[in-house]
Amino acid sequence: MKKLMLGNEAFARGLYEGGCTVVSSYPGTPSTEVTEAAAKYDEIYAEWAPNEKVAFEVALGASIGGARSFCGMKHVGLNVAADPLYTAGYTGVTGGMVVCVADDPGMHSSQNEQDSRHHAKASKVLMLEPSDSQEVKDFVKKGFELSEKFDTPVIVRMSTRVAHSQSAVELCDRVDYQLKPYVKNAAKFVTLPANARKLHVTVEERLKEAERYGSDCEFNRIEMNDGASFGVITSGISYQYAREALGDKASYLKLGLVNPLPTDIIKDFAAQFDKVYVIEELDDFIESHCKKIGVNVIGKEIFSRIGELSQSIVAEKILGEKKEFDSFAEPVPVRPPVMCAGCPHRGLFYCLNKLKLNVTGDIGCYTLGATAPLSAMDTTICMGASVSALHGFNKARGEEAERNTVAVIGDSTFMHSGITGLVNIAYNASNSTVIILDNSITGMTGHQQNPTTGKNLKGEPAYAVDLEALCHAVGINRVRVVDPYNMKQCEEVIKEELAADEASVIISRRPCALLKYVKHEAPLKVNTDKCVGCKMCLKIGCPAISVHSGKAVIDETQCVGCGICTDMCRLTAIEK
Amino acid sequence: METKSIMIVGVGGQGSLLASRLIGNVLLAQGFDVKVSEVHGMSQRGGSVVTYVKYGDKVYSPVVEKGEADIIISFEALEAARWVEYLKKGGHIVTSTQQIDPMPVIQGAAQYPEDVIGKLKAQGISVISANALELAVKAGSAKASNVVLMGLVSAKMDFEEKYWQQAIEQCVPPKFLELNKKAFEMGRECVLQQA
Repeated sequence: MKKLMLGNEAFARGLYEGGCTVVSSYPGTPSTEVTEAAAKYDEIYAEWAPNEKVAFEVALGASIGGARSFCGMKHVGLNVAADPLYTAGYTGVTGGMVVCVADDPGMHSSQNEQDSRHHAKASKVLMLEPSDSQEVKDFVKKGFELSEKFDTPVIVRMSTRVAHSQSAVELCDRVDYQLKPYVKNAAKFVTLPANARKLHVTVEERLKEAERYGSDCEFNRIEMNDGASFGVITSGISYQYAREALGDKASYLKLGLVNPLPTDIIKDFAAQFDKVYVIEELDDFIESHCKKIGVNVIGKEIFSRIGELSQSIVAEKILGEKKEFDSFAEPVPVRPPVMCAGCPHRGLFYCLNKLKLNVTGDIGCYTLGATAPLSAMDTTICMGASVSALHGFNKARGEEAERNTVAVIGDSTFMHSGITGLVNIAYNASNSTVIILDNSITGMTGHQQNPTTGKNLKGEPAYAVDLEALCHAVGINRVRVVDPYNMKQCEEVIKEELAADEASVIISRRPCALLKYVKHEAPLKVNTDKCVGCKMCLKIGCPAISVHSGKAVIDETQCVGCGICTDMCRLTAIEK
Repeated sequence: METKSIMIVGVGGQGSLLASRLIGNVLLAQGFDVKVSEVHGMSQRGGSVVTYVKYGDKVYSPVVEKGEADIIISFEALEAARWVEYLKKGGHIVTSTQQIDPMPVIQGAAQYPEDVIGKLKAQGISVISANALELAVKAGSAKASNVVLMGLVSAKMDFEEKYWQQAIEQCVPPKFLELNKKAFEMGRECVLQQA
């Protein structure tokens, strides 16, 4: 039976068919749906972990315990999980372990454009890279076998276009995988230097063996076309672009095992052509390998290291072909993403802007607080950096900074890696003010539960972390809770905590307006007799409010009646 | 058969995922190789969003590039203008006349162009338009404007109506089925009247 499946759904199907029983992940676009889909299979235990490092260690523990296991994350998540990854390369596995890392070339929803293949190379583990949903499922399923054969975690590298494209998948039965018996093996799993030195030798031997395997395995294949005048070496989504743009004009070496890269098959393939192109997104990973083994290829001298590739780029760079098209005769205003109507972050960010504060920011929907007209964010680096960077900023600049600088971090991001930064603030005594934006959900990635929400991945009741008690326990005496729909209260409390002579946490608490259980009020209306078109209401940047013909207008399909705008209007022209 | 390309464009939250699923199911029922490429995450938050649907004997790239789309389905007038460069010469735009001001327009930093649809037509581009939101409200819910647009599109594609009906049954929860079927019919009728 064939079914149209997202790459990420196909990934979960591969986990199911491959006999996986333990899944632990942290959400991150474009990887999130793998774990959500895996949670729908009754045979799989699946959870959201507080961060990727925890998730990786849970999956490794499950593998050591004899199960086939999985953890999933986006590219920057693998940085968080890099610590266990690099040593898991040494210990290897018991049950097969598959890791999803989803890269985001073009940065559709990410803060950088890193190429995760470097992590596979540096940690010396195997990496597979599928090109469509069918391959995703097949590679994941076979990834478990590969993991057990080579005694290493296997990373399956996804990218946005593979993860978020649907294509047909042939469904198969689940393999009958039995939990392997647990046998203590300190020489393998206790990485004391004496053990680790021996393990490193094994790792290098394993890599050599996997490199030889790569020249004769089902993941790497050659597609020869009669009359092809040049060769193309490619992998992942780039294969699809190359195939569409070049068709039968080229022959292809399609690499599915991208770490370690093979030698013989590349040499043999390239020897048949005068000209060989390497087509790969982001860095020159395959190209560098080719050049290292003495194969002359054309790559980044014509293709960019920046952004996504496409069939058009391939056609233009290699064939010199360009498609014709019409343009709209006038400039088209950009339409950037914005905080939704009724978003609880809006009121809080308006206060930060009004008070002209420095704001160290973090990763989540609220990063949109950096955009006009709220424009209330100075930095966004990585998960948790708002809290730790605030402390450093304050240590550098002293009291002047402590009185006018805050950190903002969401509830899920705080659980992920904000806590340690807060411990540092208390322990190393900076007078820092941290605002936790608690909207009771992981918002940006599409509403995932987290340790503060009271529910687990399957929607079952779970222990909810008590944020106030947690902050007190790490040594923060001043913990205040505000309602971001009450801007007057927010402003007062922020001023008081900035003026206080010790560290504070302000919890801005109201659930995301898009949560199903959040009741919306009736849309508000503008009394056109009172409205003078002063545009004060536009300063909160609500997408439901605009001014037409000199009067404010509220779009009733968007307005959820949050009432923030009524506080902006001195003439009380916005009414229920 | 040569690969055909459809783009679905609009504003985050307008329901383009259901639209792409409907079309995907119709195409799969015809026995085509199909790829549907969606946008998740940051771009959904009221930003400009795009979904690609490609079908044929064998589809490779899931994305549609400038000058490649046979049909662009737009949920909002300005988005039709934004993405028109992706239309193949001789392709069709099917758009709702609905206007949603983007934040730079709301803030007065940019202007919403006047009579977008008229100007596209004046450039010699084939445009089929309807007030999908109004029709959806008439059908019973503003949320069904995506399915009204599917009705419009169905009249421009060569597949029997029953396949569309089947796809709606596959993709829409039973309690909203009648409403959505009505919305679809209203969209389809609207084009047949224009023709």
